[in-house]
Amino acid sequence: MTNEPRDRKKVIATTEELLAYSLALEEEAVERFNELADQMEVHNNHEVADLFYKLAEIEGKHVENVNRAAEGKQLPDLLAWEFDWVDEGYSPEGGALEDAHYLMQPWHAIELAKHGEQRAVAFFRHVASSATDAGVKKLAEELVAEEEEHVALLEQWQERFPRPEEDWDDDLDPPTILE
Amino acid sequence: MSRQSLSIALSGSGGSGVMTTGSMLLEAAGKAGWYGIMTRSAGPQIRGGEAAALIRVSDQPLESHDDSFDLVLAIDPASLGRFMGEIPLREDSVIICDMAGGRRDASLPETLAREIDLPMKKMAKAVKGGRPNMIALGVLARVIGLPEGSIGGILEKVLRAKGADALEASQACVKEGYAAGAELPAFSGPPITDVPDGERWSITGNEAAGLGAVRGGVRFVAAYPITPATEVLEWLAGSLPKLGGVLVQAEDELASINQIIGASFGGKPSLTATSGPGLALMTESIGLAVCSEVPVVVLDVMRCGPSTGIATKNEQSDLNIALNGLHGDAPHLVLAPTSLSDCIFTTQWAVHLAEAMQTAAIVLSDQSLGQTRAIVDKPADIAFIAKRNVPEVVGETYRRYAIGDSPVSPMTIPGQPGGQYTADGLEHTEAGAPSSLYDDHLAQLDKRSNKITNFNFGEHWADIDGTGDTMVITWGSACGPVREALSRLRAQGTEVRMLAIRLLAPERPEDMRAALEGVKRVLLVEQSHSKQFYRYLRAAYDLPAEVKLFHRPGPLAFKPGEIIEQLSDWCGSEKL
Amino acid sequence: MNDTSACSRLGPKEYKSGVKPVWCPGCGDFTVLGSLTKALSGLNIAPENAAVISGIGCSSRMPTYLSTYGFHGVHGRALALATGLKVARPDLTVIATGGDGDGFSIGGNHFLHTCRRNPDMTYIVMDNQVYGMTKGQASPTTEPNWEKGKLTPSGTGINPFQPLVIALASGANFIARCSSSDQNGTAKVIMEAIRHPGFSLVQVLSPCVTFRPEQREWKKLVQPAPVEATSDPAQAARRLLTDEGLYTGVLFKGHRPPYQPTLESTIDQVTELDEEFQL
Repeated sequence: MTNEPRDRKKVIATTEELLAYSLALEEEAVERFNELADQMEVHNNHEVADLFYKLAEIEGKHVENVNRAAEGKQLPDLLAWEFDWVDEGYSPEGGALEDAHYLMQPWHAIELAKHGEQRAVAFFRHVASSATDAGVKKLAEELVAEEEEHVALLEQWQERFPRPEEDWDDDLDPPTILE
Repeated sequence: MSRQSLSIALSGSGGSGVMTTGSMLLEAAGKAGWYGIMTRSAGPQIRGGEAAALIRVSDQPLESHDDSFDLVLAIDPASLGRFMGEIPLREDSVIICDMAGGRRDASLPETLAREIDLPMKKMAKAVKGGRPNMIALGVLARVIGLPEGSIGGILEKVLRAKGADALEASQACVKEGYAAGAELPAFSGPPITDVPDGERWSITGNEAAGLGAVRGGVRFVAAYPITPATEVLEWLAGSLPKLGGVLVQAEDELASINQIIGASFGGKPSLTATSGPGLALMTESIGLAVCSEVPVVVLDVMRCGPSTGIATKNEQSDLNIALNGLHGDAPHLVLAPTSLSDCIFTTQWAVHLAEAMQTAAIVLSDQSLGQTRAIVDKPADIAFIAKRNVPEVVGETYRRYAIGDSPVSPMTIPGQPGGQYTADGLEHTEAGAPSSLYDDHLAQLDKRSNKITNFNFGEHWADIDGTGDTMVITWGSACGPVREALSRLRAQGTEVRMLAIRLLAPERPEDMRAALEGVKRVLLVEQSHSKQFYRYLRAAYDLPAEVKLFHRPGPLAFKPGEIIEQLSDWCGSEKL
Repeated sequence: MNDTSACSRLGPKEYKSGVKPVWCPGCGDFTVLGSLTKALSGLNIAPENAAVISGIGCSSRMPTYLSTYGFHGVHGRALALATGLKVARPDLTVIATGGDGDGFSIGGNHFLHTCRRNPDMTYIVMDNQVYGMTKGQASPTTEPNWEKGKLTPSGTGINPFQPLVIALASGANFIARCSSSDQNGTAKVIMEAIRHPGFSLVQVLSPCVTFRPEQREWKKLVQPAPVEATSDPAQAARRLLTDEGLYTGVLFKGHRPPYQPTLESTIDQVTELDEEFQL
């Protein structure tokens, strides 16, 4: 996983645009954590499922925050691929699907969430440093601070869970035959 | 034996055009107010092989060939040998034959019939561009008593595209032949009558099935060419676009059946036509139509099996696969036309039933019904058309496979807002989500079964005729000779009942019980080596104590006289 | 919500049915589901006007997870079923989805002939080079020396099927390769594929984390093809000669008109057909 933006060409010009980015990022985080929670539920990993639902709930609050900040503003209508993220094909907090595992433990779940937040920090930091508009710069810096806070919170949370053993993904049963 | 009809065989080889000649003769007979049938028989060559047109005309509607032939015209003697098994002759039959040089040709089969030499090839040569088959047409028209004028219009219609010279040559040949026919023994054909325009049709069973399909509402057909079903497709390919429909020639039968499931899912009543090998390929997906509850009609024009079998000849041996060929518990409809004209009704009814019950219907026509051309009374236009239970308004929580008051649940059509669902061949919940639970499986099995067994099929499940305590039970193309046999018996004062089963699945135990009321003896007639119809009836129904079976494989067609012979033990041979 | 920016467009999640997928966590198909919903949202297609058709296999479960109309049919026949639907209902957006076994092995003949026929629909193949639902046998796209397939313990020893080459040779009108590691890029290509007239093939490299865990590495190996899409089949063919299966992007955009019979009647009544039979 990479946390550093590569080859980002575009500079975010307006606070409206930045809010659209922020909203998409948080909305996708909600969607992703809900998806992961559903996956864990289907695979009977209820502890991690609950954790992901909790994370989705927290991200939902972030969506509300962005919406509040956007009140009265006309945000640009961008399609998923029109966002110029960090050249990764997904928003900073949206790229966790392929890192999931049915035997993953709470520690992994938080690790996965933490990576997303770290990517978000890196993204907004890039926005702040490349911004030419003072409003954008200010907002991006606020967002950096917010995301850093999330990283710190997740680090604290992660300490409550033991680091998994080497063989955490061992399953003695063979896969099930379906169709 | 009653003699209300004339049976004529016309044979030739090497592109002698006997099929065209036969068709023209049949049409001329129709114009003269006669009924008639024509079947075709041919060698294995795609071009140039031996070919025979077998024609029978009468003043009564016909559904079967007679026990023997009155008249044979062989354009060349050698061509006849191949068909003698299909053309029984009597002492008073006549063979008109071109024995080049006047000597009896060794290749002409030995028969009881009287042989008459007619130099048709030489006569044709005398006309510029003349052909022996047109001489033969004139000869036959004269010998069976058709007016000369009855040929003219038909010649023009058929040969118009060939140009004025060809038409003129043919007209001259027919004239020559007609004159020559005056010198030959005459047969007394049926009286010439004037039938109002449009009251008689010339149609094949395959065309009839196609017409039934579009009358029933079919507007999408996907199919792969196969003998003897191809003519259904050819007719539909020309007719569907006129109705805003379409026929797609698919890459194989697996594609055909799935394309029609897709089109029907999209709301268009859909059909495919095939024969045994194609039906075998389709069975997995017919099960899909059953499980996903998408209405489709599969028309199987049966031929001799197994495997490629005898592709051009008749047999009733796909009954087992049609009834039992689907894996799992897959209740569906199986129907069979009881006559050539009935190919219209039964196919149309099948479309109606499949749509009404949202399931698969297999229609078992056969080569004999399909490829026979007949002059028939104008078929009735019946009101059975596709009417699917499509909800006008979709509620808040639409469940495609809901178990409700009726086992036929409302089916939305793509494009209907709020009606979205996933049709599934996996067992599913009422909402359509995959399920492997016993309760869901049982509920959906019951639903799919109940909608068919509880349906009110009415009287159309079978054709029931006659009185008496003896009954013949049969189906498909075997009905024709049986019907004629029983009508001959009736003419002589012997009553035998007949049951021609149109709806083979689901079983109708109540209806069968009523039909068998007072019946002591049953003769079963079927064209299958392994007694498929007999075994089906034994498994599905309670039959009277005395049951006799008359069965044989194709391609040898049943003759009315054989049926009478089978009944002679019971009805007394002296009466026959 | 003051999210006025979204206008009347449905968001991607509105295209999900709410049924929870049975795919293994980590499977690429989850990402493709997201890509497809983003593409449908981008095109602003009403869910009732789209139909997603599939056969059998892990990726063929797709329709159940979508809020569009769907058909989960039998193994290998998705393209045939989808063709029937599209021909009968040209007004619908028809998409077929499935895997490499469903599409290129048991359904191989339909693949060839659907490319040839060129109906206006999109086929998304999630290629993981393995049969997942039957426990990890080699598929038509498996490399010949892969020895973990229980039915081919010494490797298949036979050439892998080349979907893009076959599609090009058979007449597909739009050919692309994507990677499930790039959800938004895949979404964009799917949207283009749906928009492009005729038959569009989108091969998505979608790892099977259970039977081919090494495919997690694909993410690092794939790269955008260094060229733009071409409309010249010969040029596309030359590019495929040097392609090792890991370049992503749109390869080919053709100009062949789609197969679509007109469905306009020329007579008013079925009874008008009776005339040809009347003597």
